Amino acid sequence: MSVVFKANETFRDDFTFRNSPKAIRRFPLPFVDDEYMYSVNIEPHTPGPKGSVTEFAIDVDEHYIAECKDREIVLLEDPLRYQALPHMMSAQWDVLELIMESMSRDYPELFSLTKTGNRWAWTNRPLGIHTEFTFGDAATLPREPLDYITRQVQGDWVVMDQREGDLFAEAGMVTTPADWSLDFDIGMTFKEWHGPVPLAHELSVFTRALKFLLNLRLNEPVRRLNWTMTIHPRLDTSPEFYYRWGKDRASVTPESVADDAHLRVELQGLWRLPRSNGIVFSIRCYLISMRELASVPKWARRVHRVLKNLDPALVDYKGLTRYRDTVVDWLAPFDDGAPTSPGAGPD
Amino acid sequence: MSHANTILVRVSAIEPLTPLIKRFALSPAAGGFLPAFSGGSHIIVVMRGATRVHRNPYSLLSPPNLLDSYQIGVRRMEVSRGGSMFMHDHVRIGSELEITHPVNLFNLDKLARKHILIAGGIGITPFMAQMEDLRAGSVPYELHYSVRGPEHSAFRDRLLERHGARIRIYHDSANDFIDVEGLLGNQPLGTHVYVCGPAGMIEKVVGTARIAGWSGSHIHWEQFSAPPVGDAFDVFLAKSGVSVRVPPDQSLLEAIEAAGVDAPYLCRGGVCGECRTKVLEVDGVLVHNDHFLSSEEKESGRAIMPCVSRAQCTKLVLDL
Ligand code: FES
Repeated sequence: MSVVFKANETFRDDFTFRNSPKAIRRFPLPFVDDEYMYSVNIEPHTPGPKGSVTEFAIDVDEHYIAECKDREIVLLEDPLRYQALPHMMSAQWDVLELIMESMSRDYPELFSLTKTGNRWAWTNRPLGIHTEFTFGDAATLPREPLDYITRQVQGDWVVMDQREGDLFAEAGMVTTPADWSLDFDIGMTFKEWHGPVPLAHELSVFTRALKFLLNLRLNEPVRRLNWTMTIHPRLDTSPEFYYRWGKDRASVTPESVADDAHLRVELQGLWRLPRSNGIVFSIRCYLISMRELASVPKWARRVHRVLKNLDPALVDYKGLTRYRDTVVDWLAPFDDGAPTSPGAGPD
Repeated sequence: MSHANTILVRVSAIEPLTPLIKRFALSPAAGGFLPAFSGGSHIIVVMRGATRVHRNPYSLLSPPNLLDSYQIGVRRMEVSRGGSMFMHDHVRIGSELEITHPVNLFNLDKLARKHILIAGGIGITPFMAQMEDLRAGSVPYELHYSVRGPEHSAFRDRLLERHGARIRIYHDSANDFIDVEGLLGNQPLGTHVYVCGPAGMIEKVVGTARIAGWSGSHIHWEQFSAPPVGDAFDVFLAKSGVSVRVPPDQSLLEAIEAAGVDAPYLCRGGVCGECRTKVLEVDGVLVHNDHFLSSEEKESGRAIMPCVSRAQCTKLVLDL
């Protein structure tokens, strides 16, 4: 497969981010039904269909270079988006290994990794990086291992230590958050970190999810999809910069909604880490504008129905209150009432 | 999700360590390296005997950075369902076995300021790998290792060579026992204690630590109960619509698997909780042998851990 990178698109200021027709068709719509209910919906992270975002453990798509550049911009301004507590060093190496091995195995024309004992050589062609280092010796890398490698992969990465029958978020790279902050959450337990989701606690879904994750096995990663909406294709919707993007929510008009309102889908993956016995949580963000989405007739119908009937508590929690009706009105003409086919994929 | 993910290994070395314990080295049959792991991890070894399949958990005792083979220590159990006897009597160099990926239910705490490890007999095995991790770090640690007599102290030389004065070995035969009260009575803040060995030793260490005011999060223990033998009984699996006879020397989980029903498991030792199964009906008593269910749950009779527990009854119906 060959990826044509849109290296110069932007996720800020002039927002030149767009999806190619191919990227639209592989968009991971999270709605398998015309109705949305909160659930933990965890499934094994096994290879999906060819060309889909789950074909490989870590997806590299046309936005790769631009997303890595956006991460650098965020880190320059706010270095605390990367943090790692000292006892997480073995987990950092675990994550570096996971990412390098997956990307070099699945995209050999883009990335390569050679190992001679502990001497590793890593080549990242899209970003023009070549590094030789000693696995396990942080002094041989230009940055801490997690910092180094997560600047070369899409998505946010949070690393959890497992102890006392709980999981603690104690390292991470978070530059594309849907309104949450690593700096605020670092050191928190699994439940504290997931605290504010309405309807979720009542269902004790997190108690069950935690139990499940404590027994997560090596080589058996899992995934789930989560979603929200964002105005403009802005990756960094962090609480730190709320003053920059919060006001966008009030700016949506019937004229601007098609290009400004984006569905924001997170492909979340969880892996047990071998040396540290920790767990890494990756949160990969996919964006699609309403105009792009409506180019798939099934999706226009389905998303119209989902948003129209969404539980008010979720509308509020996801921050859609100011513009949900505008989106629903824009999608309405695409919904002729015809039934949608099963599953989330395009027809 | 029971055992789809096994790795085929070949026995590359067998070495008697004590009159009862043998060490086995397992190398990947496909060549190359085995998955990395953390000290304290165990694997399940799948042994396909002539008449039945055994699946036993064994702690990995090899250094976590040496991945061309895993090493396990197997103690010969005379009264058992046969897994350890199979390993001792039928497995040779070159034999092929299947193993699961490592699972760690006995993790070193990464925030500990000091680690005290207490081992009894074959309970030494998880510590062998953990101490390699500790040796590479800067946090102080010590091992107190109790065995019946000098001929039973497996790994003695290797331990002393790698860890020197951090090791203290106690011989029952010389009336030399671990002074648990003395050891746990006066430790710096942030010390964690880990114990692996016979049930009596674990009770003693955990009990003493609690009395001495240790926080529960600083006390760690691992005891894989080998599934005890018991009376035969019958079980009906409601979802699968299958009746299964559990013979005296087979565990409930093994009997369920032998009947072709896939049941969840992780540790097969009554520790992890993965195999927890709802009891729909029982006309006798459940014999709980696990360390997972609370005593209220055990009394309620509504759940059972099939990897180690049994029933004395004529009819047991499970939600499987
Ligand atoms: S499999 Fe772990 S408790 Fe039964």
